Amino acid sequence: MGPIDLVIVWSFIIGFGVIMYVVMDGFDLGVGILFPFAPNEESRDIMMNTVAPVWDGNETWLVLGGAGLFAAFPLVYSILMPALYIGVFLLLAGLIFRGVAFEFRFKANTSRYLWNWAFAGGSTVASFAQGAVVGAYIEGFDTADRVFVGGPFDWLTPFSILTGFGLLAGYALLGSTWLILKTEGELQAWAYRIATPLLVAVLVVFAIIGIWTPFVDQMVRERWFNSLSIIWILPVLTALCAFQIYRSVRKRYEARPFLATMGLFVLTYLGLLVSRWPYVVPPEYTVWDAASSYDSQLFLLVGVLFVVPVVLAYTAWTYWVFRGKVTADSGYH
Amino acid sequence: MDLDPVLLSRIQFAFVISFHAIFPVFTIGLASYIALLEGLAFKTRNPLWLTLSSFWTKVFAVVFGMGVVSGIVMSFQFGTNWSNFSQATANFIGPVLSYEVITAFFLEAAFLGVLLFGRDKVPPWVHLFAAIMVALGTLISTFWILSANSWMHTPAGVELRDGTFYVTSWYDAIFNPSFPYRLTHMVLASFLTGGFVVAGVSAWYLLNGRQVEANRKALSMCLWLLLIIAPAQAVVGDFHGLNTLEHQPQKVAAMEGHWETATNVPLLLFAIPDQENQTNHYEVGIPGLASLILTHDWDGELIGLNDVPAAERPPVAIVFWAFRVMVGLGLLMIAFALTGLFLRRGGRYWQTPWFLQSMRFMSITPFIAVLAGWFVTEIGRAPWLVQGIMTHSEGVSPSLTGGMALFTLIGYIVVYALVFTAGLYYLMRVLYAGPEASDHAQEYDSGRPMRPMSATHVPFEIEDDAEGGMHRTPGSRANPGGH
Ligand code: HDD
Ligand code: HEM
Ligand code: HEM
Repeated sequence: MGPIDLVIVWSFIIGFGVIMYVVMDGFDLGVGILFPFAPNEESRDIMMNTVAPVWDGNETWLVLGGAGLFAAFPLVYSILMPALYIGVFLLLAGLIFRGVAFEFRFKANTSRYLWNWAFAGGSTVASFAQGAVVGAYIEGFDTADRVFVGGPFDWLTPFSILTGFGLLAGYALLGSTWLILKTEGELQAWAYRIATPLLVAVLVVFAIIGIWTPFVDQMVRERWFNSLSIIWILPVLTALCAFQIYRSVRKRYEARPFLATMGLFVLTYLGLLVSRWPYVVPPEYTVWDAASSYDSQLFLLVGVLFVVPVVLAYTAWTYWVFRGKVTADSGYH
Repeated sequence: MDLDPVLLSRIQFAFVISFHAIFPVFTIGLASYIALLEGLAFKTRNPLWLTLSSFWTKVFAVVFGMGVVSGIVMSFQFGTNWSNFSQATANFIGPVLSYEVITAFFLEAAFLGVLLFGRDKVPPWVHLFAAIMVALGTLISTFWILSANSWMHTPAGVELRDGTFYVTSWYDAIFNPSFPYRLTHMVLASFLTGGFVVAGVSAWYLLNGRQVEANRKALSMCLWLLLIIAPAQAVVGDFHGLNTLEHQPQKVAAMEGHWETATNVPLLLFAIPDQENQTNHYEVGIPGLASLILTHDWDGELIGLNDVPAAERPPVAIVFWAFRVMVGLGLLMIAFALTGLFLRRGGRYWQTPWFLQSMRFMSITPFIAVLAGWFVTEIGRAPWLVQGIMTHSEGVSPSLTGGMALFTLIGYIVVYALVFTAGLYYLMRVLYAGPEASDHAQEYDSGRPMRPMSATHVPFEIEDDAEGGMHRTPGSRANPGGH
């Protein structure tokens, strides 16, 4: 143990990495989920072009999440991965199909519809798997002696299926508000139209999860209703965000729906974190149990402190380069 | 039937990493080549370089895409199938892989967007900078991943307490004994791959009389490059082998098919190793040469596999033959590089059909050599996962059943087969369309006709001049891929 508790620092960093992934890949997965429902093929071209230059960078946050967990909290990595074995496979298979669709679709003529399906199907499967993983995480894992001892389908329960659909709706909402921001004309009008129903779907699922979770989990119940009443600020703020989305969509604002949806995600995520803290492998292990050695955390921290700000800077710069509306004739072809 | 989760996980890991490895070895070399072309275009303002660069960037995009998606799979393989290994080695491998993400992957990903889509959106020098950053990213990535891998072959800088490795010296662990050799060997392998593919494709265009000026330049550049690195690769490989002899003598014994500890050991050209009876059949060898190569003495003594407990012997036949495939192809590459030099007199290298035809076929050999090399390295380590400390069965995930492992193995095979077939198909179309397509098509620009120099206010006509200089023969195929 050194002078500062690096475990806390690393909890922040990993927490930050995960939410970065969720909001950034969330919108491009969302675009994929919405893909089949787009008004026409030209809209699909535009939709894809809004995310083509940035999706790879967005997905890199997932890799950072995986590698960062491995480095800072190996116990989490080595329990979650085997526990979610089949789910992780589905997630990766989904990401593979949608990833190659970016390259292949624009080079295809007659087979283009196949890559439309690969992009939409891959995005949907990957999003659902992520949502289910969140549900499984809330429910906790069967461990003994620091290894996972449960079965291959423990992660698939009615609750995790619900969270799967919840995230699907959430990403779709994020995708639609991204399209509001990045497109114009017919496509934008369509995005405005679907945003409100999607918001309703998200809120319904959130409400069910919110009522269900305290039943699934005693710790959460205890926190929400006894010890940590300040936590109630989060649902209040979440409701405010939801209202913002609703209002700004009606008023045809362009950037605000997207920002408010990101707010919605961040707040929900915070809610999940504070309900759990400091347990990272529920129900048994805390961040301190799961941490790697002090030296290893320190060694990586030095790099992270220097490099991640630079990464953020040039990531912001690429978004700046590709700023503005995407129209039918930008991007590929 | 009992399915063995350890064996299935090994097969799965071997399958997904081999699949992944095919793409990086090509993109590492190609990224540097594109950066070079962009640099030449920027400096000389000769549109020929831009034609080549735009074309190869298109190829790069397809291959890189497949590299990325298969790479994302890799970062979860350790956890899903080798969770005990992950827990034990996390203090070292975790930070190393994370450094790879923050120093390399983000760099590649962010600047790739600008390289592919940004030609019209940023000034030329920024576009060049993006190309250099992507190339740099691939090399940084190679550095970290090979450090992690080498450490598993020659663990150093750590101590083992209660089943977990703790790093005692970061320097020793990262620059572990086999790392410098493996890194050099791998980077050269990537440049060889990039070089032979570009050379092969250019040769094919030359055979069809397409874009003669540009492709002749490309072929010439590649041949010079190959002339240097093909022999260098053999030299580095030799040093690599000496290093392996020091740290993993059982692997070298398997590579040489060498069972009994002895002096004056022959170099076997052919043999059928027999694991069970610890001997070879149908041996053909050159007396004393193995001793000479490995100990620099005709009478040097080499450890044979009989000095290694039977349970710790790698499967000899695969290692033995994979090694011969790699070295054989390496020698063939040197031969071609020299032939290219010889044919330079009178500019015959781009006009000799048999040479061009063979160069075409040579373009797949580096991929085979690279996979063969990895098979030597990795299978030669069996049964160890971390040499001398942790075996495969100790490292596997305890909860993993044979059925689960089989399910995902089949799953990956199916997914990759689909993706690979499609990828190859689209790659072929890009190649058929050729550099001509890049001249006009606006693939990576925002819908306007490509104006390479627009940002520097050079008149648009320059592109037409380029066209004139292209020697387009009437027979040149006009884009059968259909763009
Ligand atoms: C010698 C080179 C080499 C080797 C042995 C490996 N890789 Fe790789 N990898 C690369 C060289 C590379 C690269 C050149 O940097 C890639 C290719 C395409 C790309 O995006 O970067 C890449 C991509 C890539 C990505 C996607 C990065 C992104 O999103 O941009 C991941 C997550 C990994 N790799 C992970 C791994 C793991 C866990 C490996 C071993 C078990 C591995 N790679 C072996
Ligand atoms: C990029 C090219 C690579 C190729 C083609 C390759 C190939 C292989 C092969 C064929 C095996 C199977 C050996 C067996 O049957 O026992 C294997 C095992 C393994 N390799 Fe590599 N390898 C590569 C790189 C790496 C890297 C970079 C790492 C780690 C950072 C790594 C880690 C492992 C591990 C953990 C195993 C053990 C699991 C197993 O036995 O399958 N490999 N590899
Ligand atoms: C021509 C003479 C060559 C020699 C003497 C040679 C030697 C070696 C040796 C001894 C190894 C095993 C290292 C270990 O013990 O782990 C190795 C591995 C390898 N070789 Fe070669 N090699 C040659 C050519 C090539 C060529 C032409 C390529 C590819 C284009 C190549 C690619 C590889 C790769 C990818 C590996 C595995 C990674 C590593 O351990 O470096 N080699 N080589």
